[in-house]
This record gives sequence, C-alpha cells and structure tokens, in this order.
Amino acid sequence: MNSHLLSINDLSVVEAIAILNTAEELGKISDGPMKKLPTLRGRTIVNLFFEDSTRTRISFETAAKRLSADVINFSAKGSSVSKGESLKDTAQTLQAIGADAVVIRHSASGAAQRLADSGWISAAVINAGDGTHEHPTQALLDALTIRQHFPNNGGDLSGLKIAIVGDVLHSRVARSNVLLLTKLGAQVTLIAPPTLLPVGIETWPVSYSFDLDQVLPEMDVVMMLRVQQERMSNFFFPTAREYSKSYGLTNARLACLKSTAIVMHPGPMNRGLEISSESADAKNSVVLEQVANGVLIRMAVLYTLLGGVPLQGGAETKS
Amino acid sequence: MRTLLKNAKLPNGELVDILIADRLIAQVAPSISETADRIIELNAAYVLPGLVDLHTHLREPGREDAETVATGSRSAVKGGYTAVSAMANTHPVADTAGVVEQVFRLGQEAGLCDVFPIGAVTEGLNGEKLAELGAMAESVARVRIFSDDGKCVHDPLVMRRALEYVKSFNGIIAQHAQEPRLTEGAQMNEGSVSSVLGLTGWPAIAEEAIIARDLLLAEHVQSRLHICHLTTAGGVELVRWAKSRGVQVTAEVTPHHLLLTDESVRSYDPVFKVNPPLRSERDVLALRAGLADGTIDVVATDHAPHPTEDKECEWQSAAFGMLGLETALSVVVTTMVKTGLMTWSQLADRMSISPARIAGYNEHGQEIAEGSIANLTVVDPDATYRVDRSTSESKSRNNPFHGLELQGMVTHVLFAGKLVLDNGVVNARVND
Ligand SMILES: [Zn+2]
Repeated sequence: MNSHLLSINDLSVVEAIAILNTAEELGKISDGPMKKLPTLRGRTIVNLFFEDSTRTRISFETAAKRLSADVINFSAKGSSVSKGESLKDTAQTLQAIGADAVVIRHSASGAAQRLADSGWISAAVINAGDGTHEHPTQALLDALTIRQHFPNNGGDLSGLKIAIVGDVLHSRVARSNVLLLTKLGAQVTLIAPPTLLPVGIETWPVSYSFDLDQVLPEMDVVMMLRVQQERMSNFFFPTAREYSKSYGLTNARLACLKSTAIVMHPGPMNRGLEISSESADAKNSVVLEQVANGVLIRMAVLYTLLGGVPLQGGAETKS
Repeated sequence: MRTLLKNAKLPNGELVDILIADRLIAQVAPSISETADRIIELNAAYVLPGLVDLHTHLREPGREDAETVATGSRSAVKGGYTAVSAMANTHPVADTAGVVEQVFRLGQEAGLCDVFPIGAVTEGLNGEKLAELGAMAESVARVRIFSDDGKCVHDPLVMRRALEYVKSFNGIIAQHAQEPRLTEGAQMNEGSVSSVLGLTGWPAIAEEAIIARDLLLAEHVQSRLHICHLTTAGGVELVRWAKSRGVQVTAEVTPHHLLLTDESVRSYDPVFKVNPPLRSERDVLALRAGLADGTIDVVATDHAPHPTEDKECEWQSAAFGMLGLETALSVVVTTMVKTGLMTWSQLADRMSISPARIAGYNEHGQEIAEGSIANLTVVDPDATYRVDRSTSESKSRNNPFHGLELQGMVTHVLFAGKLVLDNGVVNARVND
C-alpha cells in the first residue's frame, strides 16, 4: 500500500483483505474491556472537510480517538477556502502544525490526489470522498459488511452477485465499490436509468442493466444509492414517483429477494424515493452494521497508514 | 544590414545560400560569396518561411499578470513565429476599433514579430449583439479574422449574420465550436477516462454539432468559415465532407491535440486542463491524418498563458488553457515529420503558408525567393531536447509538455530582415 489511500486502485487484493482483517481484529478488541487502544498516541489526525458530512466526520473522529490520536476538525465549508487555490494554503497550514494524517472530504473530484501529489504536505492523505470520484473507506466498510454475511476461507467475496442500484453517474460510493468488490472476486451488476450510467461504462469490469426486476432475484447483495432530488431539474429522470417505481427498492421488490440476500445503503437514505421505509428497516437490511463497520474500517486504515502491522486472523472468525 | 545564411536547406530539400539585405531576400543561390555584416553557417538546417499563428492569447489588455504583448512576442519568436493573431477575449474585450488598435500598436512597439489582432464577433463576447466588425476592419489594425473564442457563437442567427456581414471586406469568422448546453460544467473529454475519474464530460458531439451547423450555414450564405482547434475524429470527417462539397471552410488543430490524450488527466494535474479538452488516442490519430491530407489546413497554438495560482488548485477550480508558442514546431516535427506523416514542405504549408493565406497576412508565408520579405525561421531538424517550463519566455508556466523529449529546434528567426532570434536567444536589442 502507498503512504496514502486516495483510490481503491492504491490497494492490492492482499492489502485490501489485510485491512478487512485488521478491522475485524480491532472490532474484537473494541468489544472487550479496553475500548481505547494506545496505538496512535501522540499522532495528529486532521479531518479536513470542505463539504458537510457529519456522519463521515464523526466516524473518522471516533476511529482516530479509539486509537488515542489527537484529532483536529478543520471544517472549511463556507470559509475563505471555497475558492480552489487555497487548498494549497490550507495544506501548508496543516503541514506547519505537524499533521500526521489528513482525512479530506471535498466536492472536487481529484482533490485528495491533488493534496497528496502536490508536495505541499508530507502527511498521509486519506480520501473521505472527492466529488463524484471515489470514497474508498465506504467501499471497504461495505466489503467488510458483506464478508461478515458471506464468509469464505479466502477472506474475499468471490462468487457473490452484487447489485448497485441508482445514480451511478454521480456516485463516488459506486466507483469505489465497483473497483473493490470486483477486485475481491464479486460479480457486480449496475442498475440505473441510462441517464444515470456514465458514458464509458462499457469499459468497467461490471455488467449493467436497466431492468431492476429482472436482476433482483439472483442477487446476494443489493446496494441502493442515494438519489438527489435536484437530478430531476437536469432531466436525468422525469419525476421522483417514476424513479421510485422503476428503480426504488419497494416492498414488492423486497419480497422478491433471495431469503439470504442483504440490503445495503451508504446513507443518508431518502425513504420513499430509492428505498421504502419497510425495506430500510427490514430484517435483512444491514444499514446499521455498515455504520458500525465504518468506524472499524477507518481505525484499520489509520492504523495501517500510520505504521501499524496488519492484524491477522479475521477471515474465519464468523463461520 | 546584410545577413548571409550559408548552407540553408529549403523545405523541398534544396541546399542554398540566402542573402538578406534590409527587409528583403536579395538572393537565393547554390553559393553566394558576397560580403555581409553577419554570416551564419547553417550546416544544412532547414529555413522555413516564418511561422504564422492564427490563435494566440496574449492577455493584454487586462491580464498582464499572465502575459503581455511584449512577453508573448518574445515567446512567439522563441518558437519560430514571425506573426501571431491576438485573440479577442481580453479585458476589455477586443470588440472595438480602439482596443484592436491598442493591441496592434503594442505589437509594433515590441517589434519582434507582427501582432495582428482578432476582433470579437459579438459585443463583450456575449453572443447577442454584433460588435462593430466594419470599424475594426477599417482600423489601422485592418482586422480580418473575427472570433468570440473562449465562447461559442451559439445562436444560429447571430452566426449566420456574422458570416454574411464580413463578406464585404473578405473577413472570416473563426468559431470556437462548443454547444453550451451540452457542456455545462464540463471538465474533460467524455469517455472511459471521465467515467472513472468522476469529472463532468465534454462530449465530442458538442463540438461536432456546432461544426455541422456552421458548415451548413457557411454553404448556404457562401461565406468563409474557419474552425478553431478541431479535436475530434468526427469533426475531421465533417470538414472533409464539407470541403468535398466546396464549402469555404478552413480548420486548425493545436499541437497539444496532436500529441496528448485524456489519459493525462488521470493525474488530476490542471496543466492538462484545456478547452476543448484533450481527447482519445483515436481522435489524435484522426487529427494527424487530417492534417497530413490537408483536411485540416493549419496548426494553431491556442497559446493560453495562466498565472500559477489559476493552475495550482483542484482540477475543477483551475483555468482552461496551455502554453504553446515555444513548443509548437517541435511537437509538429515529433508527431508529423519524424513519423513520416508529413514532409517539411507540408510543415511549412501548415504552419506558415496556409495560415498567412487564410488571414491575408501578405508579408508572411511567402516563397523563399529573391524579392520576398525576409520573414524566415531556421530549424535544426535533428536536435532533440527535454522541455523545461522554467526556461520559457512567456510570463506563465502552464506548459503541458514539461519533461517530454521533442525533436526539431528553432535556432534563428529573421523578422523583416532583423535577426530577432539568434542561436536560440531572443534579441530584443536588434531594434535599437
Ligand atoms: Zn477556443
């Protein structure tokens, strides 16, 4: 693994599985009497958020604190930082205060890579979501959640059929998941209206379909993506009702799933649009497990990037 | 002042000596033994008619932090150009006789090459109301090329009227072909790379739709149309089709679109951000073929200087544009001549003779013969070098070729008989 986590492409299969294993080991420790580990004592981790996301920020902050790191939250939205050039000034400030790792969330695709490659800063850079490009820790936590439900001896996801449904075009979650889930051996199918699949999709290592009903019964995992209401004003689909009817996980569709299938959503959910309330709360919905695994994955990433050795075991623990 | 060029190779391969007396070529012969103030041994380096650029952003007035007419002229001469065409998207916009005359005079004061202003098609480049095209044509600057470059003249009625109106003074409309609705927020070529990078796509058809429309308009009103920076295989096909029908269309390609592809964008380094964007390998090959067979008439640089802070940021906040004047000839040698796609005569045509003819720059692109104005560029065809952005004569450093090895080096430039580039060094004092 590089000194940064900017894209799932930075990880080999072995490294990705090692992070999942480390997360599971950290989870076991967290369940014990010592909730906090001394591993990153004295290290400084900055949450640099140019875009609001309380959920992701709290997840990273919790992860860092459980490893005893010092955490600085740097919320840049609405301040002078909204103009691009000051990414450099911000980076230089963080360099001056001695940040060991910077967790960056930004509305511009490539911002994390820009920060890492620019030479402005020597800290490890972790991409916590950059525009419509990637969100690698989300994909890792999704993979961990899936693996816990479908364990195998290799610790990967080989043979699983996974659907990712919705606004793939604008989704960093989808891009990171396509890279990671296929890397781990899963067969991924993207389902969306043609307007919400990017031009160039045929070069991705996935299959895709416009027909949710045809695909759903075969799936082991159904991952619903958040759809933003403002997409309607750009003609991506006519109405919320029509979207929901064709591409939402309705109660009727929930009933068509395999009994072993799980339902995922990266949050926050638009109940009634891409997912019905019953589907969101169904017994095979793993949305809350995703949140819990988010903390463990971010602990594992910080632990790995800031010098820890991978913790072993993990893969067979939940057989 | 008499200058004698010994052992010069003409574009057709002939070896000659060339004697220049004041502004003119006095003699071209196999061997000249007359005396001269300066004798330069060329050792069979090529002598070309001075290069002519139809698309140059000199930024003055308004963005003198990025470039001035004087620094842009130095950059032009370093790259072998004896004439450049200053684009109209300055602040204020070059949409009146006053502004184009100001730019023209700044060029004369710099004195290193001819600076011919391009006039805006519409007031303030807003696409709504025609600028005073006639007044700019009649001004001291004698404007013949009109362009809203940076923006597309997207309203079909405005475009039609502009094409018609400039016929009375043999003007030409140079279109930046970009359908605005299909490119809202566009950041890079739309295709497999943009799909992975999550950057908003700039589809090829947004360029081709405007080209197709304008070709039909130009045919209908029997006017001259010039298409700026063609970037797509489909655009080349459209122009080829129109030429076969006799439409009075000419087209240009930039050096960067002949060499670079959207693969470079994977770095998210905004030095590769340009409008229209870098396209696919397939497009690059079609552009090269189009330039070789004459479908594309000229190479034009779209030299677009930007200060460091406009590029030292996230991709989507960065400005569009790349430097081009100093590397253009080397890029064309490397991509077109070294590869066997074009001869040196064809290079001289695409970079000097054709652009001079299209724009009506009568003192440029002339035959290298007795009596011609001595606008000449000397090129060492075999010299290779690694591009170093820090050595540029431009005020800006947004050079996408930095670090690349290119072939063909401009060593000397004569502008109306004056040695303005001497052994690779810009000689501004030649005017003293
Ligand atoms: Zn342009």
